[in-house]
Amino acid sequence: MSEPILTLDGLEKNFGALRVTDKVSLDVLPGEIHAVIGPNGAGKTTLIGQISGSLRPDKGRIVFAGHDVTQLSMDKRARAGLARSFQITTILPEFTARENVALAIQARQGHSFHFLKNVSKDEALNAEAGRYLTDLGLGNRADVHAGALSHGEKRSLEIAIALASEPKLLLLDEPMAGTGREETDRLVEILNRLKGRYAMMLVEHDMSAVFALADRISVLVYGAVVATGTPEEIRNDPKVREAYLGEEAA
Amino acid sequence: MTAVASDKQAVATPIFRARVLPAIILAAFALLPPLAMALDDSFLVFFAIRVMIFAIAAVSLALILGFGAMVSFGHAAYIGLGAYCVGILAENGIWEFYISLPVTLLVCGLFAAVTGAISLKTRGVYFIMITLAFGQMAFFTATSLSAYGGDDGLTIWGRTEVFGSSVLSDRTTFYYVVLAFLAGAWWLCATLVNSRFGRVLQGARQSEMRLQAIGIEPYTYRLVAFVIAGMLAGISGALLANAAEFVSPAYMTWHRSGDLIFMVVLGGLGSFAGAVLGATGYLVLEEVLSHVTEHWRLIFGPFLILVVLFARGGLMGLIPGGKRHE
Repeated sequence: MSEPILTLDGLEKNFGALRVTDKVSLDVLPGEIHAVIGPNGAGKTTLIGQISGSLRPDKGRIVFAGHDVTQLSMDKRARAGLARSFQITTILPEFTARENVALAIQARQGHSFHFLKNVSKDEALNAEAGRYLTDLGLGNRADVHAGALSHGEKRSLEIAIALASEPKLLLLDEPMAGTGREETDRLVEILNRLKGRYAMMLVEHDMSAVFALADRISVLVYGAVVATGTPEEIRNDPKVREAYLGEEAA
Repeated sequence: MTAVASDKQAVATPIFRARVLPAIILAAFALLPPLAMALDDSFLVFFAIRVMIFAIAAVSLALILGFGAMVSFGHAAYIGLGAYCVGILAENGIWEFYISLPVTLLVCGLFAAVTGAISLKTRGVYFIMITLAFGQMAFFTATSLSAYGGDDGLTIWGRTEVFGSSVLSDRTTFYYVVLAFLAGAWWLCATLVNSRFGRVLQGARQSEMRLQAIGIEPYTYRLVAFVIAGMLAGISGALLANAAEFVSPAYMTWHRSGDLIFMVVLGGLGSFAGAVLGATGYLVLEEVLSHVTEHWRLIFGPFLILVVLFARGGLMGLIPGGKRHE
């Protein structure tokens, strides 16, 4: 049961002479929220890129659901059950919210070489997409163009899209980025509700959100993990206080 | 409240775009021959055939350009290839449509598959340039076909036959055959963009990253669309060869590819009705202006620039309910 869903084993990535990922090893257990925090420039986004497949590590291994996925492309990893949200909102603005989610369901159901049937009249697909949207509080916004949604709604839509692919792991890249207090509280509440149903890796700047949600926290400084532990352990870790929380505590 | 109002509008608009407008346009084309007969204007029928043939090519380009953001600057190559398939087969004594049509589809499909497989590895300006290069390659190959007229082109002594009968030599029959091909190409493309395949194609235009993140690599879908568009443009070329009873490398110059892009943009991106209207508007304007003055390009050029600058939605933007979004 405690077999990790995701294991990073000695990941290294250099951009020229700059080491952005320095022997990162960590894992995510089933149903767990593992948060990764760190000051700006700590290499969080680069790490997310390597896990999701948009970047290749120079060294190390990524094992996902029992398979080595280090060399797999982003779309193959997604089909294996790794869903992600983006730090910069990445939705399909000309599609409605429902169409955005329906496309993720369609992708999960297999190839899309179906040429003749009108997909917008696929009631089963539309209904299923509607359920994910309702789950994320977007039920009454399903037929609005995604580009016309508010920023907070777009953030929720990204999560709905990720859930629609029925992932084994949710990779959330700063889901609260740019949202106001109220929206952040709503997203925290939503993620709390999903907690236990999905394993999640949460990269987030909002400390109150991280400490409210995470089962474990890893702290990344200059590309290396300086500490991993429960929120309580992290809060009391002198290395972390010095490297990261120190500036806020002071 | 406002959300409900805009939802209603969003429902009314697609029905007009998807059903009413195409029906009006196709009906107008269908009624043209009797009207031309009443007016005793045979040029009108001749001209409308040309318009419909280019409309087929424009519709096929609209599929990849408007819905897949693939700005192919070599699309006229397929018109030329389709035309040469008919011309070269005829030169060798093969006139039957059941041979020339499959050969056209096969040749254009193969050319699109090979050039598309390479071109689609690139994006943006590079894609434009590489499709232009492949188009020019086809053009220069045609000019060097000395056995089939080379630079001068090739006269075809007749029209494609249907099981030994030369029904297509009748202008009105040929007119309705071309119209049927236009309606068929239009229906096919409209069906494609509304399918699961079409959603992937349109999604990839908006964000390739988003598609990869949900597990779809758009490359193969783009390539299939590119091949379908190439085959449809090939059909328009085969029809053009029959209409003109002549084949020439001029069919596949890069100017022609530019004309096709302009037809699609003039009509309004993201709409097949727009592509048909754009082809019509473009050719009518070209015809009218060239009668007014021999320096008609001096008027045509600036006009095209004005359309691009100020009429963003193209002709579809001028039609009530024709716009893509409110």
